[in-house]
Amino acid sequence: MSHSEHSRTIRPAPDGSDLMSQVQAMFPDAIEGVVHTGKDGLEIQCRCEALPRVCDWLFNQKKFYFAGLIVEEYPDRWHLFYLFTGPGILLVKTDAPLEDVTFPSISEAVHAADWHEREAEDLYGLTFEGHPLLGNFILHDDAWQEGVAPMRKDFDQEAALANRLPNCEWRPRRTLTAPGAFIMPVGPVFAGEAESVYFQMETVGEEIIRIFPRLFFKYRGMEKLAEGCAIDEALLLAERFAGNTAFAHVLAFCLAVEQLADMEVPRRARLLRIFFAELERLRHHLGVIAGICNSTGLAVAASQVAILEEEVLRLSGALAGHRYLFGLAIPGGLSRDVEDQACREAIIRVSDIIRRLDGIKHTLINTSSFLDRLEEVGMITRDQARGFGLAGPVARASDYCNDLRQIQPYSGYASLDFGLACETEGDGYARLRVFLAEAGQSAYIMEQVIVTLPRGAVSAPCKTVPGQALAGVETPCGAAWHWLRLDDHGILARYHLLTPSFANWHGFHLAVEHFAFQDFPIILATFGLSVAESDR
Amino acid sequence: MSGWVMKGLATGVVTTHYPRKMEEAPGVSPGLPRATHPGEDADVAVVSACPTGALREADGRVMVERGRCIHCFRCLRDVAKPMPWEKGFEWATIRDDAAYVPRAFQHAVYIRVIDAGDCGACLNEIKLLNSPYYNMHRLGFFITPTPRKADILLAVGPVTDHMKVALQKTYDAMPTPKRVMAIGACAVSGGVFGPSFVAGAGIADVLPVDMNIPGCPPPPLAILHGLLVLAGRKDAACVPGELHGTAGHAESVRQ
Repeated sequence: MSHSEHSRTIRPAPDGSDLMSQVQAMFPDAIEGVVHTGKDGLEIQCRCEALPRVCDWLFNQKKFYFAGLIVEEYPDRWHLFYLFTGPGILLVKTDAPLEDVTFPSISEAVHAADWHEREAEDLYGLTFEGHPLLGNFILHDDAWQEGVAPMRKDFDQEAALANRLPNCEWRPRRTLTAPGAFIMPVGPVFAGEAESVYFQMETVGEEIIRIFPRLFFKYRGMEKLAEGCAIDEALLLAERFAGNTAFAHVLAFCLAVEQLADMEVPRRARLLRIFFAELERLRHHLGVIAGICNSTGLAVAASQVAILEEEVLRLSGALAGHRYLFGLAIPGGLSRDVEDQACREAIIRVSDIIRRLDGIKHTLINTSSFLDRLEEVGMITRDQARGFGLAGPVARASDYCNDLRQIQPYSGYASLDFGLACETEGDGYARLRVFLAEAGQSAYIMEQVIVTLPRGAVSAPCKTVPGQALAGVETPCGAAWHWLRLDDHGILARYHLLTPSFANWHGFHLAVEHFAFQDFPIILATFGLSVAESDR
Repeated sequence: MSGWVMKGLATGVVTTHYPRKMEEAPGVSPGLPRATHPGEDADVAVVSACPTGALREADGRVMVERGRCIHCFRCLRDVAKPMPWEKGFEWATIRDDAAYVPRAFQHAVYIRVIDAGDCGACLNEIKLLNSPYYNMHRLGFFITPTPRKADILLAVGPVTDHMKVALQKTYDAMPTPKRVMAIGACAVSGGVFGPSFVAGAGIADVLPVDMNIPGCPPPPLAILHGLLVLAGRKDAACVPGELHGTAGHAESVRQ
């Protein structure tokens, strides 16, 4: 992000006043400086001890969305960036000498920061004062020694770790004590072809009183692996860590690299990127809808939607050469062009798929046994969605709308016309309706793109420029942020991902608690969660 | 509810004719680079375009180690002389002493899927094996949630440290005779994630692997081909110029 010297107007804060002067007036002793970054970004340099107050104010008074915590380790100092989004991008920055590893926790006021602080504690060895539960999160105690911080620069990846502490079976800190209470463990290897994740459910019978999802069985350390990589190597990691949302993530990576190079991607490439991003969203949502039908035992509906999903996969394969669009996006554009005629034919097929999906939807909403399983099941309120920083369709089903395509348009979304799929009930049925509406919307966006698709090149040379950049993309699961720092040789010094599934897993228990066991797989399906995206 | 019956009937049959006939619909497979033939005009400079070491030069030919290919298309797009590219999906290779088909595999075969650090793409392709386009039930293959009943372990991912124990326990819980299939580049060779400080170089690090299916991800038909080979109903791939490097079958002997 290049620091601009002269101040430019940022988009107004929610109440229309200038945030910059407000924050300085509110916290005269805490704010050390405010600078504009990028197009509509603001960076607030904050004193360490005042962090909780400032973040509290931004989150609870100014109603910013908390997107995550980014830790940067420099040779002599820590830099911590707390990312808030809403109108514009707001980074609250604090720094401390490297030997000082204790920071105040903000998660009491900003609950969405809870898991981010736990992640920083595990991977960097930082301590957050006031946080009630640190440790044994990403690095499971049964595989990692205490005190090992793999994201630290001095961590030796080659050194053999003395694995496996004795007697460290994972248990939640508190368990239910009531007559007849028992724990139902599920995972990490369970049901059909589910991703690896472990749930501990506590119950006294039918109702799930508490549920603890334990993640990071699939922690592949991709952020550490990316360090020391050149851009074209790191691109492979960005593309392949979450296969179902691969194109959206590699797009965010490319946008960050292009932001550093300060380059303009050819218009044809920008629009084709939108075309493929929406094709991926359509395929992802069809997969989720098929999963929801399957979880309720509605086999015919699940098969019908799976037919559509496979057709989109084949269409992707025919257009891009790969069913999951791997190898397509590169910094500067796309690795191959698509003929206009092929795009037009694709639109006809997508329209046909949407027409058939509408038919399925019509039959679904008239199947009362199906609706009974979804309606008023797995409720998330708007306040919960905001408090936990939920993202994407899950948040939008609870009337919490934060679609980056609209609030931070990238790659040319600003020139397109589409609405927001928003529902208010926050139950499973509302989430299904959001997925259905967004699938239709994606087709509509693709049509607009193809109508206005200009001729020309699909890529331009992209220079490697050192610096740090932050790029956001609305993946099918919600808003994802990619933070990238390139050193003077064009090598990645830090790569951090804030993914929507990480946020949504954090709030998943809210939907499950106080519902019956048999609702659990249905609620899980309506969330459309990806473990790979969260575990990285 | 009758609406669903009518809808199902009206859809007709969409299922592929494979294995009776080759499936040639566009988009069913991303294909793989093919090793150049002796004497074929080849540009060995393309080897340096491969980020995973799947391409190697030998006697002026470009050889391919399929288990390392991740479909990045860097040897196909934006190079002076692209690699020859092969469509198709019959990629499964089998360990010699696993070619014997146990009697239990001549009836319905049950499959346990295990995710050892997969990105989700391989799992999605496995999920689609059950969808109408592929419908593996018609061929007698069924996914089971319990390893106690499973004949085949379909393993995906490079094996993260956190999944090692679960993978081993799942394998141990399966009755013999049993077979292990490594699905996808991560499971075969570690892919782009392994070996690393937190993950292995594929399933063969932990279990005796009987079958490798390359691809990132392998399309459903490639997995189906592998299942048919294990059941003795199809031949394994025999690829001239195929390399077996470190990404190969486990040397360990089945107990």
